[in-house]
Amino acid sequence: MPAYFARRLAAVIPTLILVTMMVFCLQQLLPGDPALVLAGEDQDPNVVAYLHRKMHLDEPLPVRYGYWIAGVLRGDLGESLRIQRPVRQLIAEKLPVTLELALLAMGIALAIGVPAGIVSAVYRGTAWDYLANVFALWGLSTPNFWLGILMILLFSVTLGWLPASGYVSPWEDWRGNLAAMIMPAFVLGNAIAAILMRHTRSAMLQVLNADYVRTARAKGVSEPRVVLKHALRNALTPIITLGALEFGTLLSGAVLTEQVFSIPGFGKLIVDAVFNRDYLVVQGVVLFTATVYILLNLLADLAYFVVNPRMRG
Amino acid sequence: MSAADLTLTPAAAQEMQVSARPATAWRRLLRRRGAVLGLAVVLGFALLAVFASWVAPYDPLATSWSVIRKAPSAHYLFGTDELGRDVFSRVIWGARASLLAGLVSVCISSLLGVPIGLLAGYAGGWTDALISRFTDAMLALPFLILAIALAAFLGPSLSNAMVAIGLSATPIFIRLTRAQVLAVKVEDYVEAARAIGNPHWRIALRHILPNILPPLIVQSTLSIAAAIIAEASLSFLGLGQQPPAPSWGSMLNTAKNYIDNAPWMAIWPGLSIFLLVLSFNLLGDGLRDALDPRHK
Repeated sequence: MPAYFARRLAAVIPTLILVTMMVFCLQQLLPGDPALVLAGEDQDPNVVAYLHRKMHLDEPLPVRYGYWIAGVLRGDLGESLRIQRPVRQLIAEKLPVTLELALLAMGIALAIGVPAGIVSAVYRGTAWDYLANVFALWGLSTPNFWLGILMILLFSVTLGWLPASGYVSPWEDWRGNLAAMIMPAFVLGNAIAAILMRHTRSAMLQVLNADYVRTARAKGVSEPRVVLKHALRNALTPIITLGALEFGTLLSGAVLTEQVFSIPGFGKLIVDAVFNRDYLVVQGVVLFTATVYILLNLLADLAYFVVNPRMRG
Repeated sequence: MSAADLTLTPAAAQEMQVSARPATAWRRLLRRRGAVLGLAVVLGFALLAVFASWVAPYDPLATSWSVIRKAPSAHYLFGTDELGRDVFSRVIWGARASLLAGLVSVCISSLLGVPIGLLAGYAGGWTDALISRFTDAMLALPFLILAIALAAFLGPSLSNAMVAIGLSATPIFIRLTRAQVLAVKVEDYVEAARAIGNPHWRIALRHILPNILPPLIVQSTLSIAAAIIAEASLSFLGLGQQPPAPSWGSMLNTAKNYIDNAPWMAIWPGLSIFLLVLSFNLLGDGLRDALDPRHK
């Protein structure tokens, strides 16, 4: 087992290095002198000169990358030019909000997607299966910002049940927090539920035909017990590891959902940074996201390895 | 939704290599109600996009202060927006931006991804290792976040959004092509082509490429759906089509501010995105079934 861990870990390092190179090279896409663009509209010569020094713009590209990556390794992702604060601090501040949204969304996605997938597999070819597949297609085809707007129209404007936007910290008022987060979490969870449903359905179809399920049935085990205990338990492993891989979908979706519901999270940070031409924040957020994604991937792989005895050999 | 959700699994793609003749596959596609419906809606939107100037009753950019935020009526089928523009005409013109974005982005990603994937799979060795690491790194950046970052650095416009989406979806095509090449290159006919002394480029283009096309066609169809949502998302964030040019995403962005007194501004553009994306997904699912007889 340690050999496998070491191999997986070693494979992650080149990927991480390449990601940092790509994120660094984003800056090269800026037309002209990056310092002029980064200095904002007034292009104060003092700011431009400061940026040239700070970003080592007079040095060749590989040297600049060296300076930048040395900073990144120390946890220094640069500083927001707009609000003069370290990017790391901004991320740390916004992350809990998005994390709460993501966890709620994942909970909703699991609560809808997994049962729908089970029903669809167990009643394959029936109206239930058809209904679950329609639901999955709906989830995959609905732009979540549109769903968000429709939900605001129904639950906030027409029925007046939930606030249309805004965010309250759960530590201040947990009811208010839940009221503000339930719609965005549903919107975000909807698409993931569709993906989970499809994965659960195919994983369940595979195990429902397995020998041990047939044996369980032959022994006279009741059908619900066969499905939930014998089949689902074995189908669940790939579903859970796949959940980790949906992190990217979750974050991409959070960008739009936070925009619709004006939630001050990670997604709003990157969008605001884009509009303020605060490129170091954009770069920092992208790098952070990719790193978390790679590490989650690694964890999912290792978890799969640990729970799946066949892979241990 | 992300592009990854619409990615073919290697197993499904490989099964598809048992590809049928085009005529048989076409007949099988036409037997699937969902796929035919999808195809019809896509063709309908394509016709609207091509003939927008004839079909749209009003100029999509013409503002009129006397008809601001009017509810749908016989004059204005889908109502008017905050500047008195006809929503129906803007939705029709918006189809052009969406379809163009879907097609151009997928052209970019397949034109880049397929040759690179062919090279990786066919050459093997360190070329493959290098390309594969690069692909892994690109796949680590969530699709929309990468597209947002690229669009931000390139500058907001529809063409830059298409480039950003196309580049972000490229690794999916590299990975799929590579996996297919690896499976096909050990086949007898490739060995035979090599034995009679064909040059490598000829083997790759004439003998391998045609045999890995079916899964690539399915992936392209599903990727168009993802690209249309991505374009709408970027335009919704203000990073795609710039106002006043009509795009479904930017129309929704404006509509969000008038949701309490002009909900029709939000309903039609969103419904159009949904229908077009759903149709491409239905068509992609149908193509997958039609090109792979074993897939259920």
